Amino acid sequence: MSEDVTLSNISMDFGKFRAVDKVDITIKAGEFFSFLGPSGCGKTTILRLISGFMDPTEGKVLIGGKDMTGTRPNERPTALIFQNLALFPLMPIWENIAFGLEVRGVDKVARRAKAEELLKLVDLHESADKKVSQLSGGQKQRVAIARALAVEPKVMLLDEPLSALDLKLRQHMRAELRAIQKRTGVTFIYITHDQGEALAMSDRVGVMSQGVLQQVATPNEIYNNPSNGFVASFVGENNIFDGKIKSIKDGEASYETSLGNFAAKIGPGVNKDTPVRLYVRPEHCTLTKSAAKSGNSIPVEVTESAFEGNFINVFLKDKAGHTHMAQVQNDPSAPPPQRSAKVQMNFDADHGVLLAHAKTRS
Amino acid sequence: MSELIRRYGSSLTWIIILFTAFWLLVLVLIPNFVLFEFSFKPYLPVDQLGGPKDFYSLNNYWTFFNSPIHIRIFFQTVLYSSAVTLLCLIMSYPLAYFLAKVVDPKTAPSIFLLLIIPLWVSEILRSFAWFIILAYNGPLNAMLQGIGLEPVRWISGFNAVIIGLIYSYLLFMLLPIYNAISSLDTNQIEASEDLGASLWRTHWRVVIPHSKPGIASGCVMVFMLCAGSVIVPSTLASPSSRWFTEIIQQWMFEGLDWNTGAAYAFLLLTLCIIFVSLVMRLLNVRLVDIAK
Amino acid sequence: MNSHRFGHYAIRTYVVLFIAFMLLPLIVMGGAAFNDTRFPSIYPWFGFTTHWFQELWADGRMWGAARNTVFVAIAVVALSVPIGTAGAILLNSLQARSRSIIYGIMVAPILTPGAVIGISTLLFWYKFNVPAGLHLSVLGQVSYIAAYVMLLVLARLQSFDAGLEEAALDLGASHAQVMRRILLPHLYPAIFAGALIGFFQSAENFNVTLFTRGNSDTLTVYVGSKIRSGITPTINALAFLLIAATVIGVIIYEIRRRRADAAMKLAEE
Repeated sequence: MSEDVTLSNISMDFGKFRAVDKVDITIKAGEFFSFLGPSGCGKTTILRLISGFMDPTEGKVLIGGKDMTGTRPNERPTALIFQNLALFPLMPIWENIAFGLEVRGVDKVARRAKAEELLKLVDLHESADKKVSQLSGGQKQRVAIARALAVEPKVMLLDEPLSALDLKLRQHMRAELRAIQKRTGVTFIYITHDQGEALAMSDRVGVMSQGVLQQVATPNEIYNNPSNGFVASFVGENNIFDGKIKSIKDGEASYETSLGNFAAKIGPGVNKDTPVRLYVRPEHCTLTKSAAKSGNSIPVEVTESAFEGNFINVFLKDKAGHTHMAQVQNDPSAPPPQRSAKVQMNFDADHGVLLAHAKTRS
Repeated sequence: MSELIRRYGSSLTWIIILFTAFWLLVLVLIPNFVLFEFSFKPYLPVDQLGGPKDFYSLNNYWTFFNSPIHIRIFFQTVLYSSAVTLLCLIMSYPLAYFLAKVVDPKTAPSIFLLLIIPLWVSEILRSFAWFIILAYNGPLNAMLQGIGLEPVRWISGFNAVIIGLIYSYLLFMLLPIYNAISSLDTNQIEASEDLGASLWRTHWRVVIPHSKPGIASGCVMVFMLCAGSVIVPSTLASPSSRWFTEIIQQWMFEGLDWNTGAAYAFLLLTLCIIFVSLVMRLLNVRLVDIAK
Repeated sequence: MNSHRFGHYAIRTYVVLFIAFMLLPLIVMGGAAFNDTRFPSIYPWFGFTTHWFQELWADGRMWGAARNTVFVAIAVVALSVPIGTAGAILLNSLQARSRSIIYGIMVAPILTPGAVIGISTLLFWYKFNVPAGLHLSVLGQVSYIAAYVMLLVLARLQSFDAGLEEAALDLGASHAQVMRRILLPHLYPAIFAGALIGFFQSAENFNVTLFTRGNSDTLTVYVGSKIRSGITPTINALAFLLIAATVIGVIIYEIRRRRADAAMKLAEE
């Protein structure tokens, strides 16, 4: 039913520009895998390499262990869901869904039956004879999925298919996509710049920047243990401090900044001479009136606070003028500090991590 | 090319290229090149082809430049074609503006439908209609006499030809200008009026600059059709008003001298190329804007 | 305000005069078909007759010419539609520079006098010992009518989403299937319009045909020769039929358009 996809050390050049640099990874059969990164990071190129619209400059794409070099898109066991969905506007819904069968020479009755079955799967029973233009955004989405599923692909490729939807629908479709994936067992490879989507749906996430795969891990791991500075700042919020490592002892470093010395964990692959920055998540920062006895503490001034419901984002300025943020729980009995209040921002050594910069193109 | 192969595969790409190549090479470029070549060869009986007299020369063009009559006819053709082009422009612009911006958008298509009826009736019948109307004993003179005026000998000089050309080609001016003005945002006209511009100023500074591509397109088409017209002059011309295409016909059909005919045809083509480049330069538009 | 009023009436009067200028000649010409006189005119009026229609009906040469016209027009459409469509697709895939050169060559025949096209076609095929005849008229006409088709199809291609082709390929379609099921259906409106325009352009062509036809006639050439030699109102009878057909077509079109408008309005409410 599903196959694994191996990108064997692939690179892609467009003239002098290297869009994908030595990406090497195996996506397991039946997995929901996301490539996450900002626009221009090479994630769409990876999708087009897997679907066969281009061949890599170096390296190989293998699907189910078979080398796909030279195999055209219409011969690969993949189905692509386009960013704009690319539904055929001149065909009714059912013909859209059955198109893949039509070009394989399946007769009309069987095609219609399969289309009806898939429409049921995506919860659109009565829309078979409607026109594409009569559907809402979410319905079009589901037709695109049904159309891709009709050809019984081993691997589904999704190119930011939710980006055109409004927030509510997007969140609903996340759950739906995940459910469809589990129901069909097909390998899903999902491209997005939206960390929320990637973290919510995926079994594993690959974070990309500048054509380089920065980290591959479960959503939990990506968020809690980012492998470098890019991942830490792209996924979730972080307070960042410039400085350098003074000494390392028992996995904990003393880090020297213009605001004083801090104790912090060291990230993967970091040694005393690695250029690093210190990353602290806002939810791990606490605010107190006076400096804590132990742990790291910075005198700051409150500039703004934003009420978000169950928590409050408090914006702070240190004496060097840098902005930081602390996220505090909404507790009616303990109101957050007011604007221009002078407070201390504290964090444990466990929650501060020293990370190297992003991996760049070789 | 590589994009075509990627999108449509190599066999379809070959078909597409083959069709286009047949069109551009066999139907357009090479025939014009052959015309050019023919115009430098002498007219010879078949048995002398390839003989000592068969060499390239400018003789066919000298025939033109040594004939004051032909030169006069050539420049008359240019002059009257330009005049017709200008008249068509003056007549079309107000109507095009009216249809595009003033009239209720629901009735504009109906007016257009009426205006386009003559276009479905062939050009030759259209000039024939004027042949009837303008006859000395025809309905127009009868009407003039009816209101106490002298009858006019219409089919003399270039009068009838000019009327016939305007009637035949007016719509080729109206339609492109109408299309161009339609694409102008009405707010711009209102903004100009709101800022205190007079009617003339609004047209001169806002509407006309925007409709330049349409004006260029109309002028090029009308001039080319006029200068190359065969039917209208042959139906409506008097002995004193001959058209350059008639001279070409004489060489081709009466003189059977295809070589001199080719030279004259090439002169006509050159004239049209010069006119197109002149209009493009003058109105500062590109070919893409003209041919739409 | 007064001058505004005046301008209002002036432009309306102008529109009426313009329409009259376009249509009155056709009425005069059609009317002359029923006048009982050898020389076609509506004045003076010698009495009503349908004699000229009978004569037209009996005119064998005219029928032959009409048949030729239809054959030529069908051949022209059959050639220019695929050629023009292929040209548009090719042009659409080219980059800026080569695109504008090829575009220039493609539209040049539209801006070339028919006489020049006719003569160059005649001379080109003469080189290969192909004699003049209607087959050359077809080729000459295709050279510029294909350009009209190309322009229409090119305009339609602008609104085409090339992503649909990739989607179809990805779903397993072959290139030929992509062409047949995705691209061509999108282009059909432009292709049909091109075929229609091509047919009528060909039917009314005179200049190209005149120089390439050899000894054969098409309707326009036949009428042309009639006007030069002996004019009789049979030509007016022919013109009357053409005008009547056009007017009926226009009326049907207008009624359907108004119905469609009304239906749209109803749907909106």
